[in-house]
Order: sequence, then C-alpha cells, then structure tokens
Amino acid sequence: MRHLLGVDQLSREEIEAILDRAESFAEVGRRDIKKVPTLRGRTVVTLFYESSTRTSSSFELAAKRLSADLVSVKAAGSSVDKGESLKDTVATLSAYDPAAIVIRHPYAGAAQLVAGWTEAAVVNAGDGKHEHPSQALLDVFTLRRRLDSLEGRRIWIVGDVLHSRVARSNLIAFRKMGAEVTVCGPPTLIPRGIEELGCEVAHTLDRLDEADVVYALRMQNERMRESFVPSLREYATHFQIDSRRLGARQLLMHPGPVNRGVELSAAAIDSPQSLIAEQVASGLVVRMAILYELLAGSERPAPAEGEDAAERPSPTPIGQPA
Amino acid sequence: MSLAEALDMRSGESANVVLRGASVLDPVAGIDAVHDVVVRDGRIAELSAPGAADADGAEVVEAEGFHAFPGFFDPHVHLRAPGQEHKEDIETGTRAAAAGGYCGVLAMANTDPTVSTAADIEALREQARAEASVPVGFLATVTRAMRGEELTEMAELRDAGAVGFTDDGLPVQSARILRRALQYQRLCGGVIALHEEDPELSADGVMHEGSVSAALGLAGIPSVSESTMIARDAALAGYEEGGIHVQHLSAAESVGAVRAAKAAGVRITCEASPHHLCLTDEEVRSLDAGRFKMNPPLRAEADRQALIEGLRDGTIDCVATDHAPHASEDKEVPFEQAAMGVTGLETAFAAIHTDLVLPGVLDLALVVERMAGGAEPFDLARPSLAPGNEANIALCDLDAEWTVGEGGYESRSQNSWCAGRKLTGRVLMTVAGGQVAYRLRSFSLGVAA
Repeated sequence: MRHLLGVDQLSREEIEAILDRAESFAEVGRRDIKKVPTLRGRTVVTLFYESSTRTSSSFELAAKRLSADLVSVKAAGSSVDKGESLKDTVATLSAYDPAAIVIRHPYAGAAQLVAGWTEAAVVNAGDGKHEHPSQALLDVFTLRRRLDSLEGRRIWIVGDVLHSRVARSNLIAFRKMGAEVTVCGPPTLIPRGIEELGCEVAHTLDRLDEADVVYALRMQNERMRESFVPSLREYATHFQIDSRRLGARQLLMHPGPVNRGVELSAAAIDSPQSLIAEQVASGLVVRMAILYELLAGSERPAPAEGEDAAERPSPTPIGQPA
Repeated sequence: MSLAEALDMRSGESANVVLRGASVLDPVAGIDAVHDVVVRDGRIAELSAPGAADADGAEVVEAEGFHAFPGFFDPHVHLRAPGQEHKEDIETGTRAAAAGGYCGVLAMANTDPTVSTAADIEALREQARAEASVPVGFLATVTRAMRGEELTEMAELRDAGAVGFTDDGLPVQSARILRRALQYQRLCGGVIALHEEDPELSADGVMHEGSVSAALGLAGIPSVSESTMIARDAALAGYEEGGIHVQHLSAAESVGAVRAAKAAGVRITCEASPHHLCLTDEEVRSLDAGRFKMNPPLRAEADRQALIEGLRDGTIDCVATDHAPHASEDKEVPFEQAAMGVTGLETAFAAIHTDLVLPGVLDLALVVERMAGGAEPFDLARPSLAPGNEANIALCDLDAEWTVGEGGYESRSQNSWCAGRKLTGRVLMTVAGGQVAYRLRSFSLGVAA
C-alpha cells in the first residue's frame, strides 16, 4: 500500500491487515509506555483545509505515539489564506521530505492529486463528500471487536447520505467486509444512483428493526435552508434514532460530532447500545496502524514469495530491545 | 458566398496543388472515388482520373492511399480573445483548427469583455484578417455582457458582421428575454445558438447526476437541466417562428426534445461534441478534471447511444468540438474547483474515427458529412469538393497511429480530452478558404518540376 486515498481501492485483505495491526497497537495502548519507536526520525505532515477535532487530533497523536516528527498545518492562518494553490503548498511542504502527508480538503480528489505531486505517502483524511477511509476503517474495527465478523450483518446508514463522505466510505467498507447495507433518509438526501454501490434504499425507518447496526449521520443545520428538509423538527420526527426506535440488541454508531436532539436523542447517545465513545478510541489505534502500514512497510525489503502479513515484525515498545 | 468571403482569415497565397490519387469522399456532392484533386487559384478546378491531372506548375502531393474529405466546419469554438490570450488566441486557435482538418470555425462570445458591441466584432474581424489560418466567424452575445437582462444591439452587430448570437457558457435564463431576441431576429437575422441549461437544476453540479456522481460524492447536473430548457426554447422558437441552434447536446432526453421540435416544424438545428459521442461519466471516476470536466458533463451510456442515434438519423445536424482551452493552473486543482471545458479541434476527427468508425458504429461517410455540417445552420456554405467550389479540403491518413500530445499541441492549452490516447487516423494537410492552412510536419511533400 503506497497511499491511503479511499476504501474503494482497498481489498478485504488489505483492510484486515490494517485492522490486525490496529489490534496490536491497542495492546500497546494498555501498557504504561504507549509510545513505539517505529517512525523515529521521520516526519509526518498533517494538512487540514477544513476544521476537524477527532480526525486531526487522532492522526497527530498517532504520529507522536509512533515517534514521528509532526508538522501540523491548518489552512486558516497559513499561506493558503494568502491564495497559495494546493500544488504549491504541497511542493513547499515536500521540501521537508515528509514520510507522510495526511490531508483533509473540502473537495473530492484532493488527496489523489497530492499523491501525484509528492514522494510522501498520502493519507486521505476526508476529501469533499467523496471518501473518509480512516473513519470507515475505525468503524469496521469497532464493529469487528463487537461482532467478530461483519459477514451477513445488516447495517443501516441513516440520515444525510448525499452530503456525507462517511456514508460513502462506510458503505463501501461494510460491503467489502460482507455486510448488507441499507441507506435510509429523506429522498432529497439520498443521491440518485446510490444503489449501484450495492446497497438498498429506504425512505422510512419502518423496517429499522431488521438492522444489527444503526449508523446515524450528522444532520447539518444548513440543509434546512437549502430545502433538503422542511425543518429539523420534521426530520427528527421521521429519522431521529431514539430509545423507542433503537432495539435492545441493536448497536448504535455515529461519526461525530452529534447534533443532540436531531439525528440522535440524548437517551440513545448514552444508551448501552451506543459505540460512539469506542469509535473515538478506535480512531487512534487504527490511524497508528495506517501510518505504520504505509511507512514501516515501505522500509521493509520486498517480502519474499509466499511471505504473509503475519510474519511482519510487530511494533516494539520503547524501552524494550527492538 | 464562399467561407473565405463570408468569414475572415489572413490573406495569403491561393493554393495551387494536385492531390494525386486521393480517395475522394464527399457524400453530399455524391463523390466517392479515387481522383487527382486539382486545386487551382484556391478553387477545386477538377477531379480527374488518377494520374491524369496535369500539374502545370502546381505542387503535387502523392495522396495515394489517403482520403480527401470536404474540410470540417466547427460552429462552436472558444478562441479566448479578447482577454484570455494566455489560454488561446485567434492565431493559435485557428492553427489548432487547421491541424484538425477544419476549414472554418465560429468563435463564441463569452470572452473578457464579452463580444457585445459592433466595435468588439469589428476589432475581432480585423484581428482575424491578420492572424487566422482558417476562416473564422464571430458570434455576438444575445444579452449585454451576458447578464441576461437586456438585448445587445443585434441589428448593428449583424451589420458589423456577427454571424449569429449566443450567450454560450450561460443559458438565456429569462424566457421573456429569449422571446424578445427571437422577435427581433425577424428584423436582423442571425441564428441564436443556445447553451441549454436550467441553473436552478444544475445548481452547484460538476458532473452528470447518476450512479457515478453518487459514488464520488460529487454534486450532479441532471439530464433534465438541459432537456427542459430545450423544450421551453423550442416552444418559444416555434411560437415566434425564429431560428435556433442548440449547442452541445448531451442527454438522451435532449435528443428526444429536438426530434419532437423538428417533427413539429420548428426551425431548430443542433450539434453534439466528439467527447459526448465517445465518452461517458465513467471516465470521471479518475477525477481527472483536465480531460473529463466540462459543461454539459459527460453523461451515461444510454445518453451516448442516444446521441449516436441522433447523429445517424439526422436529429443532430453536426459535430462541434466546444473547443475550450484552459491554463494548467485552472485544471491542476481538485475536480470541483477546476474550470469546465476541454480542447478538441486537433483530435475531433481522429477520435471519432477511432472510437466510432473503426468499430463499425458509424459509417465514415456519415461522419464526414456531419463534421462539415456546422456551416449550414448558420446560413454558411457547406464545404464541398465538387469542382467550381472554393478549396476546403481535409487530407487524412486513416491508418496513421499517433499519440495525442506527444509532439505538443497547436493550441496554446493542453487540456485535451484525448491527451495521451493513441488514435488511428490523422490529418496530413488542410486547405481552408482556398489556402493551404496546415501540413503535418512529418508528411513530406514533393513539388512537381
């Protein structure tokens, strides 16, 4: 794996390799010293053109836990504010010879373009409404821990699918892992032709009880002004996941940040079925695994024929013989 | 009036050339045989038996195995002058046209500033007489500065030489304004060429709305954004008995709308571009804005098939490239931010030949007819190889394989939708408006003693 641009480009085996790696980092995370020396002396750049809390902080902490030097660039207050093009910004940052560039950008395909302009490994931390692969991987990781396998599981993705990169990446990832996916929301917020990605489409929650997992999406306030929904009140009436709609054996997920009282009721967020806090915790170890697979992998000699991922060296905590 | 008389080009030496043993194909003139094509003083003097023509001092081109077609005519190009000469100008744009076998082009008016006054038209015509290697006609805007609010001085523009009118790049959104333009057309003439799109439906769309846009998370431009406006404007044209030309058809519904309007007797013609005939929105999965972002967008396979059928049955009158040069900095950005448009003059025939003629989808004769079909909708003479006509010839090697962009472009811009593709069929030489406008560098020519 040279870059992580989208879930679309990953095989099930590659997804599983990242998740297995993340499990080993979860084990490291339970130790007193949570840092490993894998990326010592190498530089990771995070380049965020959109505001982000979870994704940026977990990528930054992941890089630090792997002992990388970190450069964090936010578009606001940087040369981007002065009108520098993405291409020129990447050329500038590439002068530091980074091992990886983690980029979030408001437009689709930005990470792919950057990959063509730099020697660094590029990680897509969200490009427009296109893909958010690290989110999908952490969600699969979280679910795999609860359910062992996603094979045959029914997952409902509920809400504003049209404007959601999370919906797209997760739909693709869940399908690759063998789950059956239904996307549900008002017809104005379900993109025409989405069923060709291999999902079912529903416009009511009437059949929600068939779901093993309910994945709610963030509903943004401005959608109301654009006439996608008449009001958030009406949206909530039809699509809010609350304790009445959420069954006792169903799992609840959400990529955050949540609009309490809109897509989720307060009771649902804090219910025992909710995996929202676990998703955040998974975010760190999965992003460590992503950086590890991209960077530690690249320094290894090419594996011999038949050698598999299980034979790769495991990360060694600092303070122990490598 | 010949193209050189009706339009503007650089004055130069009239062609005196014999294309020895060329396969001459002009379906409209009923010519399909091997001839020596004798061009004397810029006119087709005669089509004689192969080897029989007397060179009489003219340059002799050994054309055995090559095809001579009537020069192509493109009613839809963006030459970017005035104001965006870093993308293209009249000289580079007409050179690109000549390299593609074109013997005439019509330039759109969405320049900076727009072509909206008689002085604008006069300045461009003068520039064309100094720079253009093929005859160029200029369209003026329908509304002042393309704001969609007030009509331009259409009669004065026509007197200054505007071939027709268009707000191309934007639709004429107000039905009231378009109706007034159609009424006024009775006074001044000049076909109104329409970029059909409902901005309310297109909104912030950047590609065709369908399963690919759903997969990519890109905002879609629905087919009905185009077809509903065509239906509206065809109804207006019918009511006012005006003449309209619909630009760059992209959707199946649009072909249906034009077909219905033609059946109802509306004076309506239309065009389709090579990229819409050859490609679908599947290409956009690459997110390559340089090659695949344009408006109207590449649509689905069913739309492409409908365009092909429309071209075949005559619903679509002609092929037009919508040649739209852009600087690399406008294209080397994420797809949603990139400028709309691709260049197409240099590759139009070769691409259609490769993708549609060689696989047997379209007959060569039909393609040749439609490639030259862009003149008539604007009341210009169709290029013809019949003796007595002004010489407008595209000499092509249908077996030549070449890689687009390998030797650079004649256009100033590089956003060709064919960039990097291997095509079969190449223009060797173009005669436009009675002058030799282009020769492929590697195509050596012998001069008779």
